Amino acid sequence: MRATGAAPDLHTDYAAALRLVPNSWVRTGAGLAALAWLAGPLILSDFWVVVLGYAGVAAVGALGLNLLTGYTGQVSLGHAFFLGIGAYVAAQFGGAWDLPLFIWLPACAVVGAAVGAVVGPFALRLRGQYLVVVTLGLVFVGEHIFREWGSVTGGGAGTAVRPQLDLGPVDFGGMSLFGTRFSRQEMLFWLIWGVVGIGVVAAKNLVRTRPGRALQAVRDRDLAAEVIGISLFRYKVGAFAISSAYAAVAGGLYGALQTFVSPTEWSLLLSIQYVAMIIIGGLGTIFGPVLGAVVLTAIPRLLDEISRGRDLPLVSDDAGGPGGIITISNLKQAIFGALIVGFLLFEPRGLAAVWLRFKAYLKTWPFSY
Amino acid sequence: MTKFLQLVFEGTALGAGYALVALGFVVIYRATGVINFAQGGFVLLGAYLTYNFNTTWGLPFWVSVFLAVVCGALVGALVEALILRRMVGQPQFAIIMLTIGLLFIIDQIVPSVWGYDALNLGDPWGLDTTDIGGLVLSHRSLATLALAAAVLTAFFVYFKYSTMGIAMRATAIDQEAALAQGISARRVFAVSWAIAGGVAAIAGVTQAAGAAALAPTVGLVALRAFPAMILGGLDSPPGAVVGGVLIGITQNLTAGYQPDMAPWLGNNFHLVMPYVVMVIILMVRPYGLFGTPEVQRA
Repeated sequence: MRATGAAPDLHTDYAAALRLVPNSWVRTGAGLAALAWLAGPLILSDFWVVVLGYAGVAAVGALGLNLLTGYTGQVSLGHAFFLGIGAYVAAQFGGAWDLPLFIWLPACAVVGAAVGAVVGPFALRLRGQYLVVVTLGLVFVGEHIFREWGSVTGGGAGTAVRPQLDLGPVDFGGMSLFGTRFSRQEMLFWLIWGVVGIGVVAAKNLVRTRPGRALQAVRDRDLAAEVIGISLFRYKVGAFAISSAYAAVAGGLYGALQTFVSPTEWSLLLSIQYVAMIIIGGLGTIFGPVLGAVVLTAIPRLLDEISRGRDLPLVSDDAGGPGGIITISNLKQAIFGALIVGFLLFEPRGLAAVWLRFKAYLKTWPFSY
Repeated sequence: MTKFLQLVFEGTALGAGYALVALGFVVIYRATGVINFAQGGFVLLGAYLTYNFNTTWGLPFWVSVFLAVVCGALVGALVEALILRRMVGQPQFAIIMLTIGLLFIIDQIVPSVWGYDALNLGDPWGLDTTDIGGLVLSHRSLATLALAAAVLTAFFVYFKYSTMGIAMRATAIDQEAALAQGISARRVFAVSWAIAGGVAAIAGVTQAAGAAALAPTVGLVALRAFPAMILGGLDSPPGAVVGGVLIGITQNLTAGYQPDMAPWLGNNFHLVMPYVVMVIILMVRPYGLFGTPEVQRA
């Protein structure tokens, strides 16, 4: 049944409520997003192309973490470990072995999911807060492995990540189109946000179908879920593997974008940044993590940009110059912390909730309350 | 044999430091059911406050330590009153993340105030050592052991015999029953956070003692105390002590023997050894040596 203007979003059967594209608004939105994606590198400045490139990478990782944390209710601090795995798979498969893009990028996902499926049973054996501590340990053990496995990771000095970026006639490493030269960053913008698009649709599709509803049942009350026949073990480990696959793809893209990675990057700090993204974006929504990733990637870079050649009140440069109570790099980290605390206290459902409220307001207008 | 004893001694001292941090975790976990990630921030703050009172303001060392403990307890109680209390009834996940956010903030404020340079805490032990039958006992390690023993004894006496300590144990067993007995759960939470903050300050002092050992990385010790807490059992204060000492000895023995016996494990393997122990414990005995197994009920 087609929703009319007077009563949008009212469903008369379950199939309609679960449809991937429920109404023309979503179709229009998706079309606009696709247009923005195509137009991005044409209209954005170099600064924003780079920032949004990194934001897209973060969005892929955050989508994965949100499937685990937002939809299955399992808190993990191990995301950085899987991002690292992805980056080294990209360096090894795409760089050292020179395999094409359509092999190494899926390989990131496969290796990530495989490692996730191996680690998952140990990490998920216990309920609740134990997972946080176990995955915390995973990050430290992972950093050690990355530092010591020199033949793949380059040891403490790091390794170049220069994977193949050809996909048929398209070279994402930079090419000329219609007489215009597009740089590596601009081409990678299209690749990364294309992957984000695939990731969004896949995640949206997952959470509306049976496995996704099972995950949400586990999150809401694991005992009840088990009683109605959902295998906790299977779905928890499954969610962990999928989330790891997303993280590894994000890691691979991150490596390709940055062209160099070192073991110190895959630290607890990175994991916490991803957790911050999904909290600030909105747990348990698909749109939220993408939004959170963009906001949290943009803030530090904007701060750098604003502070360059300018004196901010109370903020000093990284050399610790006079007249400041906090340096820029400290401020960037402190803002992460403050945003996490602030959102949890005042808007626990994140930026997505702000949007949902606005939508509800419009929908019920003129009888909004 | 001397090497072994030497490593065990140093490991015990290291573990006593872990035990102090783990005790802070356990006290808060028992009271509120939440792992407090900000504990590392409290440790860091306590160490720098001691430095500030002692070196910058010129107060005697022990007065500085005492003031730092008082300040640490105040900060703990304030965090509970201003922030954590608003989160009552929220999912555990949200509360854990909140403490992680707090850790981030404290970890950035401290170097903003005191800088990144390694500093001398101004402790009276320095690099002095005493030789006993071939064993070299550093005064810093001896002091850590003595401080930890004093703090832990004081805590257990308080926990067992004081009215507040009994109220804390009652609340941990059954919050509703405790409330019905007229125990103020709110005050129990506040005192728990205050104790955690104060103990963390002492832990900070033991970690930052020695030559130029006070740096913003001191807070990292809290992350290495997690395995101690898991090994001992999340909700057992004696477990925190036993777990801390065991983890300390294991880490030190690994540091002493692994480079010769298992070089393929790589450099600095002893730093990840606690986590390896933690994973093994979680597989064999998930609720730790002294923890209460969780029972699932509808």
